Amino acid sequence: MNNIIPIILGMAAVTYLPRLLPFLILSNRTVHKRLDVFLKCIPAAAIGALIIPGVLSATPDMPMAALGGMIFTLFFGLWRGGIIIPVLGSVAVTYLILLGMI
Amino acid sequence: MKNAVKAGFPIFIGYIPPAMAFGVLAKTCSITLFECFLFSAAVFAGASQFIALNLLMTGMGTAGIILTTLLVNFRHFLMSAYLSTRIDKLAKKYLALLAFGVTDEVFSVLSFQKGQLSKSFILIVQFSAYSAWVGGSVAGFILGGFLPELLTKSMGVALYSLLLAIILPEVKKSFKTALLVITSGVLNAVLIKLGFLPDGWTIIVCILVISCAGAFFITENPHQEKSL
Repeated sequence: MNNIIPIILGMAAVTYLPRLLPFLILSNRTVHKRLDVFLKCIPAAAIGALIIPGVLSATPDMPMAALGGMIFTLFFGLWRGGIIIPVLGSVAVTYLILLGMI
Repeated sequence: MKNAVKAGFPIFIGYIPPAMAFGVLAKTCSITLFECFLFSAAVFAGASQFIALNLLMTGMGTAGIILTTLLVNFRHFLMSAYLSTRIDKLAKKYLALLAFGVTDEVFSVLSFQKGQLSKSFILIVQFSAYSAWVGGSVAGFILGGFLPELLTKSMGVALYSLLLAIILPEVKKSFKTALLVITSGVLNAVLIKLGFLPDGWTIIVCILVISCAGAFFITENPHQEKSL
């Protein structure tokens, strides 16, 4: 465990470079229409894959608790929108389910 | 300015619990406070830091840990590629700085803002995330897990509900967006179940496959500035 600083710096480098390169490659050119549509699909595709199925491991002992929190976010978000209340509310619902109060 | 703080705040809240968990775990892996700080301050990538701690404990060597980190974090390449189309001209001098803070949540929040992204907006959102991540790691290391365990666990759902809350208004407006989100999530669940791709790569495959399908099927010219 004595050589941990080089590991951290190496990890920092291989994390930073993939974050930087696309900016250097793409930001000063106009991209082809198809590539543009491809790029515009990335956020929705990424968010789908980031949520499913990862959310089930947010509360590993009781996946239903995290699912309950997400259901609150889903309904409140569709009904009223916003970010803060759906997020804090989901934590509250998850907490109550874990406590066994819901 | 006010909007940027508002956009960054949920990430700030969402990052504190996992960051503290990282600090607590780092301490049990006999890592020093400075090393724990350096981890979060220099790498700034949640999942890969936890994986690195696990690999350290299994005795994996430097090269293996760094290679794993590259694989786990490579999805940010696609996220930066998207953000590069959204960035304000005046921000282009600061690319090297702006690129550092492209995490999953920062990317997601920035993606669904209206119009071109200014340098100050991006930096405020990123600083909200960064300060919570680095501060939380150090606090977790020093204080240990002082929040009730169940509450900490419940807060784990915040990052996921943040992503869901960001995408919902777009899903409501566009059936295509809903389809992209759901097919990508289902594909990811299937790929993880099949279990032949390393950590982090199921997400990359999902983004590539689903966005390619999108580029193939979505024909009308999207002159909109935002994402689909």
